[in-house]
Amino acid sequence: MSFDWPTALPLIFAGLMGLAILIYVILDGFDLGIGILFAAAEDTEQDTMIAAIGPFWDANETWLVLAVGLLLVAFPLAHGVILTALYIPVFVLLLGLILRGVAFDFRAKVPTERKHRWNRIFFLGSIIASLAQGYMLGVYVLGLDVGLGGVAFGVLVAFCLAAAYAAMGAAWVIYKTEGELQRKAVRWLRTALVLTALGMAAVSLATPFASPRIFDKWFVWPEMLYLSPLPILSALLFLWLWRQTFHLPKPDDRHSLMPFLTLAAIFALGFAGLAWSFYPFVVPDRLTIWQAASAPESLAIILAGTVVVLPVIIFYSFYAYRVFGGKATDLTYD
Amino acid sequence: MDPLILSRIQFGTNISFHILFPTITIALGWVLLFFKLRYNATNDSAWMRAYFTWVKVFALSFAMGVVSGVTMSFQFGTNWPGYMEKVGNIAGPLLAYEILTAFFLEAAFLGIMLFGFRRVSNRIHTLATVLVAGGTTVSAFWIIALNSWMQTPAGFEMRDGVAHAVDWWAIIFNPSMPYRLTHMLLASGLTVSFLIAGLSALRYLTGDRSESMWKALRTGVFTAATLIPIQIFAGDQHGLNTLEHQPQKIAAMEANWNTGPNVPLVLFALPDEAARENKFEIAIPDGASLVLRHSTSGVVPGLNDYAGNHPPVFPVFWGFRIMVGTGILMLLVSWSAAFFLKRRHSLPKPLAMLMVPMALSGWLATLAGWYTTEIGRQPWLVTGVLKTADAVGPVAGSHVALTLAIYLVLYVLLLIAYLGVLVHLALKAAKDGDSSPLPGVMNAAMSQPAAGE
Repeated sequence: MSFDWPTALPLIFAGLMGLAILIYVILDGFDLGIGILFAAAEDTEQDTMIAAIGPFWDANETWLVLAVGLLLVAFPLAHGVILTALYIPVFVLLLGLILRGVAFDFRAKVPTERKHRWNRIFFLGSIIASLAQGYMLGVYVLGLDVGLGGVAFGVLVAFCLAAAYAAMGAAWVIYKTEGELQRKAVRWLRTALVLTALGMAAVSLATPFASPRIFDKWFVWPEMLYLSPLPILSALLFLWLWRQTFHLPKPDDRHSLMPFLTLAAIFALGFAGLAWSFYPFVVPDRLTIWQAASAPESLAIILAGTVVVLPVIIFYSFYAYRVFGGKATDLTYD
Repeated sequence: MDPLILSRIQFGTNISFHILFPTITIALGWVLLFFKLRYNATNDSAWMRAYFTWVKVFALSFAMGVVSGVTMSFQFGTNWPGYMEKVGNIAGPLLAYEILTAFFLEAAFLGIMLFGFRRVSNRIHTLATVLVAGGTTVSAFWIIALNSWMQTPAGFEMRDGVAHAVDWWAIIFNPSMPYRLTHMLLASGLTVSFLIAGLSALRYLTGDRSESMWKALRTGVFTAATLIPIQIFAGDQHGLNTLEHQPQKIAAMEANWNTGPNVPLVLFALPDEAARENKFEIAIPDGASLVLRHSTSGVVPGLNDYAGNHPPVFPVFWGFRIMVGTGILMLLVSWSAAFFLKRRHSLPKPLAMLMVPMALSGWLATLAGWYTTEIGRQPWLVTGVLKTADAVGPVAGSHVALTLAIYLVLYVLLLIAYLGVLVHLALKAAKDGDSSPLPGVMNAAMSQPAAGE
């Protein structure tokens, strides 16, 4: 069988886009989560929490630009359909991201008496962006249906995702800090984990009933068998992480990265479930990835660049994380 | 209201706000590298003080650029789906290469550049500065390539109403691209040098005579004085290139209603599109023919050749004049300041006071220039391929109006906050002078908290 590029390229790009979204959700997830947790933190703790993400957030947000960029360049038809349908939620997301992003810098540079204002804006931006992303995901799952039921479902997913991000943020704080703040973050993680699990269960139950197509896809033998590891594994990871929160932090700070990695694994499993449910559609029930794709020669030239550049990006991203490895100290321009 | 005009205003608002910050970061990255290299070479800590003052401006400008840039990447889909449907095969790869080769590079090494001074070796820190500065410039390369392709498309063919790439070299290096890129990079250099000169002049006026102030002031003034004549030449070449490829834009820039020889250079006028004439015109006889054709009898294209198919005259005419006027003012101010710094080693107070508002002259000229060239492309989105009106999406006018209003309020507030921080940073640096603590450089203990004082 010969390799059929026009068939393979859209598939490859769907995979790349999915990867970019997943990396974004995990990496910016902890940034946004820390912003949400700002509401529950003291002044000095806020500075440490910012120091834990300060050198990374910008690169983390770039994965969103890559994901949207890939949607734009590889599936231009879908980009137009999805973003015009989600016009207002996208706007709210952008508003949140703008506020969150500039607050990062302003809070450190304005005169001291105005710092509080920017801390509040940082929290607001983070929570707005998280809720908007969750809402968009919910509406997208329903095939961009924006009836009353769609809105309600979107709101449900919005809170679920915000809780999940808060859990990620707490897990990152556990990894990057020590002492009282670290113990506090363990408590945050426990609360956020309950909300995340409830939300994820609700979404998993609601999704097949909200969309008949997904129902057919989930509850058909033998596909059901192949799919079953996803929910079972997720549930086990949740339970295990929940138990672990009673033993954290451990002596000598062992396993402090473990909650974060476990959550990342849960995110990846949930994401795989979504991908399974939607394939081969990029706009649910309307456009498949092949119908929405750009011309093969344009995809090929992007792929050539991606194959060369993406490993380099991943390499130097790891390097940047290593440079700022270890516990977060006060962030200074030196 | 009409979604088309609202979407255009919204896109214009977003991209105008966005371009302010890359205009600063593109050149400021290289200026920071210069400060750093001077410090490496001379061991003079004043260079490092200048670096640490301006790296904060860089960080803030970069953050503003990133968040407003994310908005741009969504705008194509939310408001202009027709654009990617028609020319996505060309625009897509150019945007993808910008993200892949520039955005990640800048973002990953920005952290090391800003906060990594004591965590990596001096050499790696310098390398991080090079990579961030290089990343901003590469980013400009790709986006200017795409913008220029929309102005002067080349290297493609239409199949089933959709543009397909034929020759990538011709697409990237399309006829107007080298001129526009040069013009924009120089504009960025001028914006930054006037910003540095202006804020240093503010420090000077408050009585700051520290070495770091002098170093920043000299760097700003001498860079501006060097770049401005080059920019005037490059701008003229860019204009001649436009004359060749987009004559209707030149006709609008000159408010020349009829094609012919001996066309005057209009200095002031209120172009009246309904009557197809200029009101209150003040003009130099044969001037436009002389500038554009290098002969008084040179034929200059007029708007009558492009009836119904040329850009609105008033904004293009005035955008061009504001840009050129600002450029001339930049020449006068930077050369006088350079003269006084070289000969007298001081600045007269009135000149210093003029230099403070001139800190934003680069922004004004850059915006006026972009308005000239972008409005000058109308009614086309991609010249000869796609009209702006055909690309707008099926979004309700009320949605566009609502979001536009919120964007406008937000941007005004952010601009006020941004300028407030610039002044605050300059005054703080002026107060500290040469006694400001030097983080890391001398292996000193932790100093200069990032948050507050």
